Amino acid sequence: MIPAPFDYKRASSAAEAIALVGEYGEDAKFLAGGHSLLPLMKLRLAQPAVLVDIARITDLSYIRDAGDHIAIGALTRHMDVEKSPIVLQHVPLLANAASHVGDPQVRHRGTIGGSIAHADSASDLPATTLALGATYVVQGPNGVREIPANEFYVGFLESALAPDEMLTEIRVPKMNGATWGFQKFNRRAQDWAIVGVAAWKRGNESGVALVNMGSVPVLASSVSQAIASGASIAEAAELAASEAEPQSDLNASAEYRVHLAKVLVRRALESTNA
Amino acid sequence: MKVTITVNGKTHESEVEPRTLLVQYVRDTLGLTGTNIGCDTSSCGACSLHVNGESVKSCTMLAAQADGCEVTTIEGLAKDGVMHPMQTAFMENHGLQCGYCTPGMVMASISLLKENPNPTEEEVRIGLEGNLCRCTGYHNIVKSVLAAAQAK
Repeated sequence: MIPAPFDYKRASSAAEAIALVGEYGEDAKFLAGGHSLLPLMKLRLAQPAVLVDIARITDLSYIRDAGDHIAIGALTRHMDVEKSPIVLQHVPLLANAASHVGDPQVRHRGTIGGSIAHADSASDLPATTLALGATYVVQGPNGVREIPANEFYVGFLESALAPDEMLTEIRVPKMNGATWGFQKFNRRAQDWAIVGVAAWKRGNESGVALVNMGSVPVLASSVSQAIASGASIAEAAELAASEAEPQSDLNASAEYRVHLAKVLVRRALESTNA
Repeated sequence: MKVTITVNGKTHESEVEPRTLLVQYVRDTLGLTGTNIGCDTSSCGACSLHVNGESVKSCTMLAAQADGCEVTTIEGLAKDGVMHPMQTAFMENHGLQCGYCTPGMVMASISLLKENPNPTEEEVRIGLEGNLCRCTGYHNIVKSVLAAAQAK
């Protein structure tokens, strides 16, 4: 399968990329690693008239210790997130989740920013950064704004990004010794999760988010509230699907997904990884 | 559009449509048909080749994205008629049956050992999760990769 014809433009800075997309409007799309967009284009589920290749904006590929958080450039590849000593030390849950994205070939090309901007509830990194309380930095023609992860995902493959805004940085709070678990339930290697869970816990504080449990990544606030008020992990995990509206599909019924979410949340919170 | 891509050490300047996939470019433009197209949906790994020394699935990359890059395909591995140690290991350990997945398996395996020179059996299995063998001949493929790691 070959995508429908399009014009290809290459940007060398974020400002240039935003100007180019502004020029072509809704017909234009940013292209980073291409591992979400190109498959959709081959299937004609996306048919942009113009692709603005941003992958060579090298100053948007970085991982920095920024004090209370780790700052990750949007064009940082999954493989670089997974292996980064800074990420492994301060946000090990994110490093682990990144190591579960697709397969090595996909992780050599795909970027953290691309995955988040694509806003697929079945992807690992939107839910993981949501669980960690990340903030996304986006740049548009009128400047820079910050969007908390829990306000970013607004619908199926739909985010709070305006068409001419570009995600430039992901800010992830340090985990400061929290225990964490990442659970991905699938039937075949490299598949998307049928249900996935990213969770961390530090005393009575916790963050829990669900993969593929509805049209957007789901923050399981009820679980964290229960833990904060003294419930056991097993008790709290029973509330895993309180905020979720899972769909039935070929892989699993909605009821089965709810069951999986409860089991996987319990396992993720019981994990002693630190 | 014009792209300049170095494939197996030789630099090519070619006129391509922006929508040309890298796998089409190497197969149809350059005639290097060792790289196979399997699923065409970045699942099976048959089209794996190296871009700047790392494995990628060339059905999910545009030739335009490889502009200015170094690409290595299965044809570029043997030097002066001598096979790459990974190719030798696949031959000696019966790491292929029908052979369709083999170019992709070999390219993915070389990239894997570059990142993890002494993998465990489990690490090889996980590291090759992006490559499917329709003959289900995984056992000898894993054996081949472990042998190649030993041979170095």
